[in-house]
Amino acid sequence: MVENKIVIENLSLQYSDGTESLRDVSMEIRQNAVTVLFGPAGGGKSTLLRCLNRLNDLTEVKASSGQILIDGENILDPKIDVVALRRKVGMVFARPVPLPMSIRENVIYGLELAGEKRKSKLDEAVDRSLKLAAIWDEVKDRLDEPAIALSGGQQQRVCLARVLALQPEIILLDEPTSGLDPISTGKVEAALLELKKEYTVILVPHSVQQAARTADYAAFFLTGELIEYGEGKSLFTVPKQKKTEDYIMGRFG
Amino acid sequence: MMKLFARNRHVVQRIGFSLITLMAVVTVLPIVGTVIFILFKGGSAISLEFLTGFPHDGMRAGGILPAIVGTLYLTIGTAVFSVPLGIAAAIYLAEYAKENQLTRLIRLAIINLAGIPSVVYGLFGLGLFVLFLQFGTSILAASLTLSIMTLPVIISTAEESLRSVPQSFRTVSISLGATRWQTIHRIVLKEALPGILTGVILGLERAAGETAPILFTGAAFFLPRLPGSPFDATMALPYHLFVISTQVPEMPIQIQYGTALVLLAFVLTMNVIATVIRSRARARRQW
Repeated sequence: MVENKIVIENLSLQYSDGTESLRDVSMEIRQNAVTVLFGPAGGGKSTLLRCLNRLNDLTEVKASSGQILIDGENILDPKIDVVALRRKVGMVFARPVPLPMSIRENVIYGLELAGEKRKSKLDEAVDRSLKLAAIWDEVKDRLDEPAIALSGGQQQRVCLARVLALQPEIILLDEPTSGLDPISTGKVEAALLELKKEYTVILVPHSVQQAARTADYAAFFLTGELIEYGEGKSLFTVPKQKKTEDYIMGRFG
Repeated sequence: MMKLFARNRHVVQRIGFSLITLMAVVTVLPIVGTVIFILFKGGSAISLEFLTGFPHDGMRAGGILPAIVGTLYLTIGTAVFSVPLGIAAAIYLAEYAKENQLTRLIRLAIINLAGIPSVVYGLFGLGLFVLFLQFGTSILAASLTLSIMTLPVIISTAEESLRSVPQSFRTVSISLGATRWQTIHRIVLKEALPGILTGVILGLERAAGETAPILFTGAAFFLPRLPGSPFDATMALPYHLFVISTQVPEMPIQIQYGTALVLLAFVLTMNVIATVIRSRARARRQW
């Protein structure tokens, strides 16, 4: 039984500088699947991601309307607990940003904020999440070294582990492999396939090829509008919309 | 023709570089000159008795202990008030405040505060702390006056240090479920601390060397004992130097220069500490 984890209804958003980022987007996102949001730059993919964990609160947003239901709760409601939301909806950014501390401290940062003090719990979280992010073997002997000393690909997987340590339900990834070499990219993608068994994964890929490789479901965004949304297999082989086809075939973008 | 021109350009560049280098060297001369001069003139006055004794014979002999201790007290007193207030203001400006009418007003106030002549601070301190609040001529009143003078330096350097911490750290921290304050407290302040400390020390060092703000608010001409409470007046190095240079006839010259040397050493030591903190933090910085 496939369930909808997230229901987005008529979501529109406009930034203060006048640019419109999302126009009347409605979609349902399935649990335990990789949903890919793709399309040319400026299409609203990142904006949508940043709505899902309310990170847009940090940006100057002029107007927004519509709602986003996660497990039936409207997370755009100003009254909800955003800190709790962000623990439930983790995010990996395009550029790996290790916090200025050791690998171990990076991984347990979120848990410590949440008030977890027991060493056994924290150690277990380090172990589990680094393994899940497929980086354990590379860092297990240097957990107390600064995270910045790692290579870009390793840093990004530590950042993924840092999100996983919080045991979120939804993981947002905003072009997580854009700065990585193909081998590191492969490792991150492999980790994603493993992750979807337990989590709801929403990925903004850095290329159409990556979109096609990873998508269970795919949504094509163009200038703030959701053009086409469906199962990855059919969308990338027989797209229904002309614009989607043109973009996939590389006719623009 | 072309070749000749090219060679000329080369020569012009050389002359330019030499001039710039010369000017850079010239800026070093006053400080080196001052230190050597003071050391040469006052070095002979430095002794254990000079550093740990009280002045006697109308300050023409003996030591300057009360002035050293007084300056130490005033510096600490200034730090107690200006550091928490200055850092809090910087955190507000850098992390919480949006750009609006109010923050523009605050910034304008800070800039103007920095431009006020120190003697005016002294008069203000006399009016507010000594007379109106009835603290009397005291360490407390002088420290508060010096604090106001030091605030702009501390606020602006601290704000700058906070702003230089990459924005991405804040975004990531927030995305991991941190509140704004947790982010500031655990990441931003920690990274900005060396820069903040440098500003604090530079501000305090200026306060330690000032005469005018303490002239009417806390400085004593001569005291036979060390101050016992914040409500006592105190001797202080810069004011003592002023007194023995202008108010006491037949003053042995090496005592004046000895006092200047101690004040200089005090201030330069703080400077060295600031420099060490900064360079250590730079070496350790992870971004």
